[in-house]
Amino acid sequence: MHFVVCIKQVPDSAQIRVHPVTNTIMRQGVPTIINPYDLFSLETALRLRDEMGGEVTVLTMGPPSAEDALRKALTYGADRAVLLTDRFFAGSDTLATSYALAQAIRKIGDAWGAPDIVFAGKQTIDGDTAQVGPGIARRLELNQLTYISRVTKVDAEARTVELERRAEGGTQVLSSSLPCLVTMLEGSAEIRRGSMAGALRAARAEITTWSAADAGITDLLKCGLRGSPTVVKRVFAPAPRAEKAKQIEVKAKSRETADDLIEALFEAKPAMQADLEQLAAGL
Amino acid sequence: MVEKFDCIVVGAGMSGNAAAYTLAKKGLSVLQLERGEYSGSKNVQGAIMYADMLETIIPDFREDAPLERHLIEQRFWMMSENAHTGVHYRSDSFNEERPNRYTIIRSQFDKWFSRKVKEAGAIVLTETTALELIFDAYGACVGVRTDREGGLVHADVVVLAEGVNGLLGSRAGLREPPKPETVALAVKEMHFLPQETIEARFNVKGDEGVVIEAAGAVSAGMTGMGFVYTNKECLSVGMGCLVSDYARSGETPYGLLEKFKAHPSIKPLLEGSEVKEYSAHLIPEGGYKAVPQLCGDGWVVVGDAAQLNNAVHREGSNLAMTSGRIAAEAIFQVRSRKEKMTKANLKRYPDALEASFVMKDLRKHKDMPALLHTNSRNFFLTYPELVAKAMENFVRVDGTPKKEKESATFAAFRKTRGLGGLVNDAFKLARAWR
Repeated sequence: MHFVVCIKQVPDSAQIRVHPVTNTIMRQGVPTIINPYDLFSLETALRLRDEMGGEVTVLTMGPPSAEDALRKALTYGADRAVLLTDRFFAGSDTLATSYALAQAIRKIGDAWGAPDIVFAGKQTIDGDTAQVGPGIARRLELNQLTYISRVTKVDAEARTVELERRAEGGTQVLSSSLPCLVTMLEGSAEIRRGSMAGALRAARAEITTWSAADAGITDLLKCGLRGSPTVVKRVFAPAPRAEKAKQIEVKAKSRETADDLIEALFEAKPAMQADLEQLAAGL
Repeated sequence: MVEKFDCIVVGAGMSGNAAAYTLAKKGLSVLQLERGEYSGSKNVQGAIMYADMLETIIPDFREDAPLERHLIEQRFWMMSENAHTGVHYRSDSFNEERPNRYTIIRSQFDKWFSRKVKEAGAIVLTETTALELIFDAYGACVGVRTDREGGLVHADVVVLAEGVNGLLGSRAGLREPPKPETVALAVKEMHFLPQETIEARFNVKGDEGVVIEAAGAVSAGMTGMGFVYTNKECLSVGMGCLVSDYARSGETPYGLLEKFKAHPSIKPLLEGSEVKEYSAHLIPEGGYKAVPQLCGDGWVVVGDAAQLNNAVHREGSNLAMTSGRIAAEAIFQVRSRKEKMTKANLKRYPDALEASFVMKDLRKHKDMPALLHTNSRNFFLTYPELVAKAMENFVRVDGTPKKEKESATFAAFRKTRGLGGLVNDAFKLARAWR
């Protein structure tokens, strides 16, 4: 079996800082991580490989520094990593990104065998669109299985897969034919810790690096800024709340503290006091 | 099969990176282990970086290292409760082509340094903790065991650059764990301000920067000091005191930092800033007398783990870098003579370190930590108050005859500390400085 896992290097949103003056996201110095949803995909793929045999190829599109994310994926146990990097890809929206990734997956298929399952995270934590996975599926004409919480069974003989999909009001149990594209939810399979041998192998590994031409992408009008109909018109940070929290001193008797609290609330919101008084009068 | 390297470097801070870089550049196979997510992720230093020592290792570092500001002004402040008496040194000669001191942000600087280490050919494994040193039947260190599955790795020599706590070395009995009276606990905040505000407040332009180091009442009679460093778009503001002093006084590190920030001389510098980071770390301050055994069969220890820090001159990372480099050079020499990595052969490292500024400087001030520690109330509380009073007497014009003012100043010194005490302090201080 051949599993291709699409990953993205994203800024660690837990440590992201908004520039206090310009209100833009400060990327410099913010650590990058592998998009957390992608790690659940990767772990699912690694488990399937360990169980059934085969190979896991990780693929990312990004700047040359995205190599770090791929090396990390190799540390976890992926067999091969492909970095799609070219200045023609700069400024890609989800349409252009899924076009380029789909082309690269075709190329991966030519080189190492057609993938049986292509994995992606449900969405990235920086773009939050959840569009790239489905975009790839459409272009490669793969069955599209989104919001998957678990891959329960893969039957290599019958070429089928059974999965659980989280849906409103419950869990859907789905089956599909292979090949297909799966986008994974969080919490499904915690990523493993790579072994020492794996970590050393990853540190030494050659990362396959492809330009647009290497990946067989000839239609550059579909790439990068030119291939991206989405335009970011404006970026702004939500205005911080002007009001500061008011502190109330704790009294010896809790009742007195409660009285103070209510008094402070009414002071801040006279309308609330009026409403409540009206209500009380009606009782 | 267990892999074997020429060297394993434990830790990717200043000393570890300097050692790994130097070793890899000389063609040795190097494995560097770092428990953090990336080199610098566990670091807290202020930080000031001294160019000279880095230049010896990476001559063209200025081309791409992430540097914040080069320092053109140093302010030493002696703080009383509500005043400071300062010595400032500002010179345009610091605006040289290759400046001598820079402020840096360690998480960014260390990442850069680590990239250089990788480019030099070392294998750097992050998120990998060395749990224990492995010794052979004769007591020679032959490798480490990490926290990864199949985590054993062998090497001819292990460079312990594990930082101030030095768990690996102390667990193996190579040295004592640091004592409360030989380590300071420093807390630091990053205060963000617009670049123009920093430049206006500190009277600098472009990449120029200022350092303020302040001792006295802000440490509540304990051995320690506060600092303000200017970065490009933020100020590093911190405070550090000896751990044993905190224990004795019951003061808290963050309590002292709050007090420092509220001091009338510091507060206006921080006004309107936004705090984005808060961190704390230990600093080795035991000086020369606290330096442990530096090498043994199959191992050397460098940087903070070896307590190589000059508290008097507030230098640490340059001692760390230099010790890492010298240890690496010693290892290279042993190897090129095809000798074994025994204690006797590795002694080239402590010998070369003794001959360098590192040990010379530490030896010069070997009595200073003990003196400041036993006498901390006088040096950090009494004298700053007295000096502030003397300055006030000198500066304030209120019709009191000058002679009376001078007598009052002298009387205050004598009354508070006694003539014998004054002479004694001056004598001891002079001797410790010599």
